[in-house]
Amino acid sequence: MQQQGTQAPADIAGRTNAVIDAKKGLEGPLLPILNGVQAEFGFVPQDALPVIADALNLSRAEVHGVMSFYHDYRREPAGRHVVKLCRAEACQSMDGDALAARLMDLLGVGLHETAADGSVTLEPVYCLGLCACAPAAMVDDQVIGRLDRDKVEAIAREVRS
Amino acid sequence: MTARIFVPGDAGALALGADKVALALADGLAERGLDAQIVRNGSRGLYWLEPMVEVETDRGRVAYGPVAAEDVAALLDTGLLDGGDHALRLGDPEEIPFLKRQSRLTFARCGITDPLSLDDYRAHGGLAGLEKAVAMTPAAIVEQVTDSGLRGRGGAGFPTGIKWKTVLATTDARKYIVCNADEGDSGTFADRMIMEGDPFVLIEGMAIAGIATGATKGYIYLRSEYPHAIRAMNAAIAIARTAGILGASVLGSPNAFDIEVRVGAGAYVCGEETSLLESLEGKRGQVRAKPPLPAHKGLFGRPTVVNNVISLASVPIIMDKGAAFYRDFGMGRSRGTIPIQIAGNVKYGGLFEAGFGLTLGEIVDEIGGGTATGRPVKAVQVGGPLGAYFPRALFDTPFDYEAFAAKDGLIGHAGIVVFDDTADMLKQARFAMEFCAIESCGKCTPCRIGSVRGVEVIDRIAAGEAPDRQIALVTDLCNTMKFGSLCALGGFTPYPVMSALTHFPDDFRPRAMNEAAE
Repeated sequence: MQQQGTQAPADIAGRTNAVIDAKKGLEGPLLPILNGVQAEFGFVPQDALPVIADALNLSRAEVHGVMSFYHDYRREPAGRHVVKLCRAEACQSMDGDALAARLMDLLGVGLHETAADGSVTLEPVYCLGLCACAPAAMVDDQVIGRLDRDKVEAIAREVRS
Repeated sequence: MTARIFVPGDAGALALGADKVALALADGLAERGLDAQIVRNGSRGLYWLEPMVEVETDRGRVAYGPVAAEDVAALLDTGLLDGGDHALRLGDPEEIPFLKRQSRLTFARCGITDPLSLDDYRAHGGLAGLEKAVAMTPAAIVEQVTDSGLRGRGGAGFPTGIKWKTVLATTDARKYIVCNADEGDSGTFADRMIMEGDPFVLIEGMAIAGIATGATKGYIYLRSEYPHAIRAMNAAIAIARTAGILGASVLGSPNAFDIEVRVGAGAYVCGEETSLLESLEGKRGQVRAKPPLPAHKGLFGRPTVVNNVISLASVPIIMDKGAAFYRDFGMGRSRGTIPIQIAGNVKYGGLFEAGFGLTLGEIVDEIGGGTATGRPVKAVQVGGPLGAYFPRALFDTPFDYEAFAAKDGLIGHAGIVVFDDTADMLKQARFAMEFCAIESCGKCTPCRIGSVRGVEVIDRIAAGEAPDRQIALVTDLCNTMKFGSLCALGGFTPYPVMSALTHFPDDFRPRAMNEAAE
């Protein structure tokens, strides 16, 4: 995998500008741009912030303020896989707490953490809208319902392989 | 005619293996040289039967479920295409009691049609409402929506027609329709289902809202946690533009209207309308003080209608069938139908659209069939993370905005999460405070600080530190949050906390005492 954390600022600026050019014509373009930057890099590099600020005539602090407000935006690259585990009430009602503990144990990471070997990032999510087949998770783009111990172990095996 | 086999592409069905079933079906059909088209429909909302496969036969549709990929070969060999017999055969899906008891108005097509087929949409009554609307005056459309009694399905229950009337009365050159698709409440998935299963109905509803108020631009603020809905809406909007439903001339009328999907970034508070508008403008999703109302000064300071997905998706049928048709469903001041989402620890979880007025007990025990674990129901949380926990003693409460308010609860976006007797209500109350602390926008003190203090006080109750004093403290704190917060996040977090405390006091005894008593 590409070392996203160590890119040259010039490269970041170039790719950020490409995202900005595609979205700048929208009304209120900052979120679409931040979403685009995160899709491009897998996170929002610090070096992208002044580029965005400059293009939108905002201060860097304003862009940082927006970026840091939203849970989705990462400051560092994620692992090769991202597991989003629903921690909201419907999943809690179906033994979600115990399954979450089990998954953290198997992966060796806590919520909001990335494994030392870069294999996986575990993130809490507050509702995937899969509440009638709880507990639920999303592994990269795959949704998984009715999690149980077997499925949790399968997720851990998959992201570790 | 090529037979059509329906395998839902709804995220809930996918989470239960629908893609694998569709793949196995495609392979199985090819191997056997059978001619059939696989349609990825929405879900009917019977999630304990998902993936539910349906096949069109001479005698109507026949359903099978829950189908696993391993079942496909046997299903094909026993004559799936002719509705052949099999252990998973459910028969006519419309005769399944869970579906038969419903009044599907907003969800009339969901799970039946190909979500991205305009022909299917038209064949099942789609666009009839918009066709009538383009021939009416804006005031007449607004009057019809007002007369239907439709109230905001996002939770606040504000009359939709009144909101539209306010925007219609403004003279601004630019107005907006903003659809709130930031469905963040746990236990709710109606917005997701309709956007994935019948996206054209939302487009039609928004176009009608545009014509009724003089707005020419619509935004759907859609949460990032719903990638499937984002894809479906974007695809449907592109089709609607090509077909002249959106664009410079809606259905050939002089009205222009277009829609753009905007994806959120994981902030629960952006489901609050003013915070959503800030986010759309590219700012931190912080709540605005009201007034001014969004109807006067909303997006970019322009008059803006902010409606929930289900409110807007209910408009086409009101325009098509008339205000009285819709108003005749329901009870009291809660008119029409409500898509109830039955979720959590429940045997028959799914979407149940019915007129207002069913009791909570009917919904949980009769329709939901009790818990999935088979243990007794202890509590149900109604209306998402800001909704109250109801004990069995309140199961006679009818599903109605005012009746729930009278019991210190709310119906919210109509999600119901069932808990069995292993639930620890102190833990649930603590989570409500914790969630508020995680998601608070930070603008007002009662919410930002109160939620953090709330977690600490509840932890002291659990630890047995002067519990009576702590309970008095959390009660007082809830009072401050309820009346002092700017929006529903801080203002309604007291509902789950206080209902847990009021109805389940035993769970708030010090942990050591509880263990000694057992």
